[in-house]
Amino acid sequence: MTRESAERADTRRTLYARRPPAAVQLAAAGREALRKLDPRVLHHNPVLFVVATGAALTTALWLTALAGRESETPASFIGGIAFWLWLTVIFGNLAEALAEGRGRAHAESLRRTRAQTTALRLREPRTDAARDEVAAGDLRRDDVVIVEAGGIIPADGEVVEGAAAVDESAITGESAPVIREAGGDRSAVTGGTRVLSDRLVVRITAPAGEGFLDRMIRLVEGARRQKTPNEIALGILLAALTIIFLLVSATLVPYSGFVARAGGQGGAVDLTVIVALLVCLMPTTIGGLLSAIGIAGMDRLLRANVVATSGRAVEAAGDVGVLLLDKTGTITLGDRQATAFVPAPGVAARDLAQAAQLASLADETPEGRSVVVLAKEQFGLRARELSPGDAVFVPFSAQTRMSGIDVDGHTLRKGAADAIAVFLAERGGALPAEIRAGIARVAKLGATPLVVADGARALGMVVLKDVVKGGLQLEFEEMRRLGIRTVMITGDNPLTAAAIAAEAGVDDFIAEAKPETKLAEIRRWQQAGHLVAMTGDGTNDAPALAQADVAVVMNSGTQAAKEAGNMVDLDSNPTKLLAIVGIGKRLLMTRGALTTFSIASDIAKYFAIIPAAFAANCPELGALDLMRLGSPQSAILSAVIFNALIIVALVPVALRGVSYRPAASAVLLRRHLLVYGLGGLILPFPCIKLIDLLLGFLGIGGVA
Amino acid sequence: MTFSALAQAGLLLLAVRLLAAPLGEYLARVFDDRARGATRLFGPLERLLLRLAGDAASKDSMSWQGYAAALLAFNAAGMLLLYALLRAQALLPLNPGHHHGLPPLLALNTAVSFVTNTNWQAYAAETTVSHLAQAAGLAVWNFLSAATGLAALAAIARGFAGRDTTGLGNFWRDLVRVTVHVLLPLSLVLALVLVSQGVVQSWSGEAPIAPLQPAAMGTALPLGPVASQVAIKQLGTNGGGFYNANSAHPFENPTPLSNFLECLAILLLPAACCFAFGALVRDRRQGRALFAVMLVIFLPLMLVALGGEQASIPALTQSGVDQAAGPWQGGGHLEGKEVRFGAGGTALWAAATTAASNGSVNGLHGSLTPAATLVTLGLMQTGEVVFGGVGSGVYGLLAFLVIAVFLAGLMIGRAPEYLGKKLEAREMKLAALAILLPAAAVLLGTAVACAVPAGAGAVLNPGARAFSEILYAFTSGANNNGSALAGLDAARGFYTVGLAIAMLVGRYWVIVPMLALAGSLACRKAAPPSSGSLSTHAPLFVLFLAATVLIVGALTFAPALALGPVVEMFRLGAS
Repeated sequence: MTRESAERADTRRTLYARRPPAAVQLAAAGREALRKLDPRVLHHNPVLFVVATGAALTTALWLTALAGRESETPASFIGGIAFWLWLTVIFGNLAEALAEGRGRAHAESLRRTRAQTTALRLREPRTDAARDEVAAGDLRRDDVVIVEAGGIIPADGEVVEGAAAVDESAITGESAPVIREAGGDRSAVTGGTRVLSDRLVVRITAPAGEGFLDRMIRLVEGARRQKTPNEIALGILLAALTIIFLLVSATLVPYSGFVARAGGQGGAVDLTVIVALLVCLMPTTIGGLLSAIGIAGMDRLLRANVVATSGRAVEAAGDVGVLLLDKTGTITLGDRQATAFVPAPGVAARDLAQAAQLASLADETPEGRSVVVLAKEQFGLRARELSPGDAVFVPFSAQTRMSGIDVDGHTLRKGAADAIAVFLAERGGALPAEIRAGIARVAKLGATPLVVADGARALGMVVLKDVVKGGLQLEFEEMRRLGIRTVMITGDNPLTAAAIAAEAGVDDFIAEAKPETKLAEIRRWQQAGHLVAMTGDGTNDAPALAQADVAVVMNSGTQAAKEAGNMVDLDSNPTKLLAIVGIGKRLLMTRGALTTFSIASDIAKYFAIIPAAFAANCPELGALDLMRLGSPQSAILSAVIFNALIIVALVPVALRGVSYRPAASAVLLRRHLLVYGLGGLILPFPCIKLIDLLLGFLGIGGVA
Repeated sequence: MTFSALAQAGLLLLAVRLLAAPLGEYLARVFDDRARGATRLFGPLERLLLRLAGDAASKDSMSWQGYAAALLAFNAAGMLLLYALLRAQALLPLNPGHHHGLPPLLALNTAVSFVTNTNWQAYAAETTVSHLAQAAGLAVWNFLSAATGLAALAAIARGFAGRDTTGLGNFWRDLVRVTVHVLLPLSLVLALVLVSQGVVQSWSGEAPIAPLQPAAMGTALPLGPVASQVAIKQLGTNGGGFYNANSAHPFENPTPLSNFLECLAILLLPAACCFAFGALVRDRRQGRALFAVMLVIFLPLMLVALGGEQASIPALTQSGVDQAAGPWQGGGHLEGKEVRFGAGGTALWAAATTAASNGSVNGLHGSLTPAATLVTLGLMQTGEVVFGGVGSGVYGLLAFLVIAVFLAGLMIGRAPEYLGKKLEAREMKLAALAILLPAAAVLLGTAVACAVPAGAGAVLNPGARAFSEILYAFTSGANNNGSALAGLDAARGFYTVGLAIAMLVGRYWVIVPMLALAGSLACRKAAPPSSGSLSTHAPLFVLFLAATVLIVGALTFAPALALGPVVEMFRLGAS
């Protein structure tokens, strides 16, 4: 599965299916765009603010021209420029509003689940303690509440007593209930979710307004979106360009005035033309789209069912050098499966399979079930219907590490090699040398041997293997191409770990890992200058998660883990990290590509505006008018109109992100330079010419 | 373009490439204090100077603030001393021409000009400045301003290469080392070779000559310690001539060979700085890439200048002048050029001297065709990063590199990094400042000059030419080049003060932000490169960086250039 399809597949289960139709979205965004003209809102975007100032200035010039002021240029031209400058600002606002609007529907549905609930607060953390009914909003940290079946959990917290099925679809979109219980790694509950059965005693960890749901709402609405370091740096570049172009445009007044005096023809360039030039040169394309790109990036992440609590982490995801992956659940399916029967000398494989199947009937673990299935697949053995009267089942337990059955005078047992060895010894038997050798061989291959015994006699082995997920090798290969190193972490012994690592195609592995090992490993990579990403869910992962640059926590994880990480994956899917990396990269690429486009397109605008602006002083510069535009005024107007329309034209790119397929950096750079750099150089020429022709056709802009 | 001009250009660039790489290695070794062989030769002088510097030079490494403070203090003290020397030269010995002290504003302008490595000369040197002031003042600062630039580059390179450190090196040690081990020996060798070609070196005042025509201008030719000053003026991208005619004067530049060597000396150290940077950051590919960026920009512009000067002027063709190259003449546009260099030799020099922030000339830039004028202006308006000044060219280019790396990094979906180090908002701010301020000085200086009578009244030509002259003056000043388009009464108070400000901005408002940038990079960790990181030495990035330099320059100056040389170009073509 490629990353994008993973992203899409995850999307289906989110609340995003419910999105208002495009026209409704657009209308809402349009209203919002006008509201954003308020200078108090606008000043957050310096580029658009300068454009708005220019628009206000030209509007004033237009009004005075209408009132009879002597002007080099007709009032209709000034009015036209003013109109399109206002549109430029509105288009920029519209992009942002559209991006915000996409998240708003999600926020609304989240907010509904946060509807006023009441909570039963316990005076003491016991089920039978006295209860007070309080509003959910009045809960404080460390209050203890009880939630009965059917009740809504009033705030984020940790289960201190009980176990229950909880419906978390309000947040995850996943309708299957999940089990939440005290102790262990599944103790965290989220405010707004519903308890379906039993009851829970919950200690509140985040009071109302600071909970997960609230953070999510704020995030999707873009209200508390903090600018990332990268966005700030880009903002500085855009501000520097704006200042340069402000100087370039403003100094043209004395320049052209001087040339006019010294050359004896023409006059200083008209103020309207100066403002038009300024707006065309300023990076309005990226300036107008910048915040939309950021919001849309977070939105893409949400649609992949990931909640990022820090925008910095999203960017860092694009930059990760090392990926620490837990073996269990991430690289392997997590359950060992029986893959082969190895009979002892003198035992038929079929007999071994039958004995193993019988001995596993009482083993409800996935491993036990897989033995039954394998016997059926390989030898067509059906699990016999045995009534309790015929046989005595010995269920699997973690203490005995065996399961078995006493039937027809046979004492069949299946279990870990050392447990069976003890069982045989008790009956005067022993493991034959062949089996002992087999055990060593199987362990070396990264598999786990189980031994089957009948009384004092060992029948043979069942080989259990941790099955590596399909398609992972391709994923890791992709990572390698992106320069990301994958490291598998496992508690297995080095032999097993090496075998699985080789099969999955990871670059490296750490065997017999303890929580401290993870932390030390992350520090080591960071010391070498890498950004490290990891996934985790348990409380014992928390220190490592806090240390990692990108820490994705499973929604099923503990509160401590969630607080230590900077992203929560609502699907609890550990391979989601790959999708997150893609989203982070796409976010950065979109910014880079549109900035490059924005700057490159200035060249063409110069060819339109310079000959036009200096037409009176230096008619010779008409030779620079490569596009042969209708008249100086329509040339300038065409450039301004192009400048405004290109923002709208690029809104889809900003919202969707540039297309991204993992590739080597050189390939990506070449592709984006060709499309957005060269495209930015060339595209404006035909577009401006077209607009100019259209203006001429409509009779706007005057004729030279 | 004639074959001989192209061959000269080819030979020049080949020589630059071949000599710059080993010289760059040597520079890096000097800065790393690893120059063993050389130490035996110049060690005693180095030790003597360091002992004189005392405690200041003993401290191991300075923070960027300390480095910048030492550099600024040293340069400020130099300006004061130079100012005093120029004012008081009449009272001091070695003044055979009996020159008066310079007027205050001119002395200020000259002091700033030589200390900032600009060498803008608003006076005719041989009739204004005494031998003592030339040798002990101007020539000394030819050395020290070059050494300042090189020291700054070394410090900045250390910042880029630094691992968890705040130290950028010791300014005083760098200054002494590069002067003693690099600038002095190179100048000594070049000066001797130049003397062999006929460049004068004398302490006497004038050589009397019998004029061919009784009414000829002078009957005496001024002499002086010329060769020693010419050598360092070329090597150190200074450009301030002993004579007003600069390297067009036969006593400064008598033969085609001396012309070739002086032209080579213009580009040599700036080019070597690229390789030195590569060696200092322990990644020589980066140095080669920087050199490639410079070459990619320089080559086409140089060809435009060559073509422009070699082409016929339509108006002259109409009056029956044969401007075509042939077996008996080099052809081309020869007004304001020395016949011994020809149109090609002058155009090549003009391109080299404006690419490097040298500013010495072997012909009158005011007589260049508009196409070549556009090239000279354009090369300076890149911010003098195409070769540029010694040291300053490379660290100026690094400012553009930060911007290019940022954009390219985003386009490949990674947080931008160079040499494994993340570039963040602070670096962006500093790089933007280093690019923005000199450009602003050009734009605003020209604007004020156009607007106030004191500036606009100083022009001696009409129309677009007048504008070109003002634009050229501020472009040359703010980019520390020092060449002039003439036609401007630059000794007027407005220009002496205005250009002095521009020179100060262009020099220190690049050095200080870049030192700060290096300071913040020095303490950052470097990540080892992976297949996902941007390879900043690959041809694709070289082209992208060159395009960034050109586009930023073009976007900033296109309207101004359109009103000046571009209009002139179309007018010339139409005449």
